[in-house]
Amino acid sequence: MKYKLLSVALGAAIGFTASAATAGTLDDVKKKGFVQCGVSQGLSGFSNPDAKGNWSGLDVDVCRAVAAAVFGDDKKVKYTPLSAKERFTALQSGEIDILSRNTTWTATRDTALGLNFAGVNYYDGQGFMVRKDLGVSSALELNGASVCTNTGTTTELNVADYFRENKMKYEVIAFEKADEVIQAYDAGRCDVFTTDASGLYAQRLKLQDASKHIVLPEIISKEPLGPVVRQGDDQWFNLVKWTVFAMVNAEEMGVTSANVDSKKAGSPADKRLLGVEGNFGKNLGVGNDWAYNIVKLVGNYAESFNRNVGPDTPLGIARGVNALWSKGGIQYAPPIR
Amino acid sequence: MSSDISDKADDSSKVSIWNDPKARGIFFQVILVAVIAYLVWALVDNTIRNLEARKIASGFGFLDTTASFGINQVLINYTEASSYGAVFIVGLLNTLLVAGVGILFATIIGFSVGIMRLSKNWVVAKIATVYIEVLRNIPLLLQIFFWYFAVLRAVPDKRSKASLFDTFNINVTGIWMPKPLPQDGFNIVVIAVLIGIVLAFIVKKWAKKRQAATGQQFPVIWASLGLIVGLPFVIYLISGSPLEWAYPEFRETGSRLRMGFQLGTGLQIIPEFLALLFALSLYTATFIAEIVRAGILAVSYGQTEAASALGIKNSHTLRLIIIPQAMRVIIPPLTSQYLNLTKNSSLAVAIAYPDLVSVFAGTVLNQTGQAVEIIMMTMGVYLTISIVTSIFMNWYNATMALVER
Repeated sequence: MKYKLLSVALGAAIGFTASAATAGTLDDVKKKGFVQCGVSQGLSGFSNPDAKGNWSGLDVDVCRAVAAAVFGDDKKVKYTPLSAKERFTALQSGEIDILSRNTTWTATRDTALGLNFAGVNYYDGQGFMVRKDLGVSSALELNGASVCTNTGTTTELNVADYFRENKMKYEVIAFEKADEVIQAYDAGRCDVFTTDASGLYAQRLKLQDASKHIVLPEIISKEPLGPVVRQGDDQWFNLVKWTVFAMVNAEEMGVTSANVDSKKAGSPADKRLLGVEGNFGKNLGVGNDWAYNIVKLVGNYAESFNRNVGPDTPLGIARGVNALWSKGGIQYAPPIR
Repeated sequence: MSSDISDKADDSSKVSIWNDPKARGIFFQVILVAVIAYLVWALVDNTIRNLEARKIASGFGFLDTTASFGINQVLINYTEASSYGAVFIVGLLNTLLVAGVGILFATIIGFSVGIMRLSKNWVVAKIATVYIEVLRNIPLLLQIFFWYFAVLRAVPDKRSKASLFDTFNINVTGIWMPKPLPQDGFNIVVIAVLIGIVLAFIVKKWAKKRQAATGQQFPVIWASLGLIVGLPFVIYLISGSPLEWAYPEFRETGSRLRMGFQLGTGLQIIPEFLALLFALSLYTATFIAEIVRAGILAVSYGQTEAASALGIKNSHTLRLIIIPQAMRVIIPPLTSQYLNLTKNSSLAVAIAYPDLVSVFAGTVLNQTGQAVEIIMMTMGVYLTISIVTSIFMNWYNATMALVER
């Protein structure tokens, strides 16, 4: 691990030199012909490779959508699996173009790390999972528990705050990889496994007997997860931001991958979204059919959600706060006009 | 003619500077140094300018910021309210702890196994061979995972325990034992230990002198043991046993979550530490064993024969004749193994042992994003540890080296 880190650091130094001299990320991406996307090392529903090495998930869909907007081809993406603690260095150094790795938007990360958060593709919160036989029904009963989590995450900080605030003793065991956290929890090293609630549902699938574990009702933090880009490249920032917005807008307008062709002749708003009218794609530095390609190849936000984490998937997560603002949730995108 | 001779005499001063090997040598060295200095300067300057351009925070001010995360093994007083600077100290001490204990264990196991492999007893020699060949050929990271995950599943779970003499307990949360609590007056015992060590040195010198003068031997080892362990023990008893033991609290009733050992009672050795320690010492010991074997084999068999011709006991032959000569061959490669062990301890991050790389170059780096400063500090620490180890081993090597008269 040390060597990997060192190489990232070294890469950082060299990357600064290299990228300082080049043009914007969008031009770089167009030149090299693909989007380099930083993802997790395997989190079901968000970014997970299958047996053939094809990545899928909610976070992966953001990268595919950006590739669709730039190239009209959602397959022009290369993935870099990153651990939680490597991710920001990889982005800062220019190793990747987008970080789409269930990353929480926080003040420090937005202001002190030279990064920009390009929207929120999943509103999450931190939860706890325990064995049913512990007989615990609330996180407030966890005094004296040992807690397994990931290093370099906001969860590590939240759990410290939560136990301190409620004057409970705890022992934290923080692993680098998500898979090792779940293994250690399964081996009984700790009583509690904590991460973002979506991650709990995803990781629960990896347990020997998932039915013996429950997720406690408390959500102890706000974890808005979204794609991240480097600060200081507004063109690329705009493109990623509006890619996320386009997917949400498409859902709101009822544009799906199935009906996108017929919607081209739809309402004025549909026409603007799909590039029949207006110059929105040109302003972003891509083709005017950018949003058409996104919806056609990747789908709208609802399609992406349902395909990867929705009720019909093994994760079975309800829309909840991630529903559209018009349906009781908080997913809201500025209009395209 | 005379002018010819004088011409030849100051030939070197008349040769053009370009053809003077000395001047050329200096010229190229100056260029090399200048190029390296420029590259370093360019790298540093570029990094600083780019950090500023991207508004990435830089400088060492972050060391005073509150860390606000917990660590499961701390050797100093650390809470979530401590600073990142404290995290650095915690990580550093944890690294030194596992490396120090690891070096001690690896040396003991390595020397024993190395000698075992040379044993005339077939079974003993084969056991040593199998141990060495198996463990040194499996990647260290896999061994760390094995010790951690395989052993975690083999020991009793958190709500139960296996005990030895009701004092040493083991379960999935680690080894729990009584924690010594020094009371008032325990300082005397500590002083007694120090005095014992000093006396042991004096006795050793005196015994050597006496043996050189009269040929009489003195049981130095037993005397030293008596002075270092026995003397403080007697003082401990006389001063009224100023040491209390805090036993770990084990609950067998109440809510299931609270059953088992209670955090903060007794002395807990976390399984992450144990797994890392086992893996590092057993792995490095295989290399040390081979180094020891090579060292012993490097001592000519004639030395052994000469010793038996003089009627020296087998054990004395090994301890007084073979090993001291073998040490000269052993120490330099042994130093490399110690350095390897220290550097390999950074694999701790894989199993959540809070060493320097894990908590400082990991968590702190991630929270502050100050990769340049943090990686530099971390590299500086490993460099310092390694250089200090090297200096010590070189000094030790010098004392063991053949003194030529």
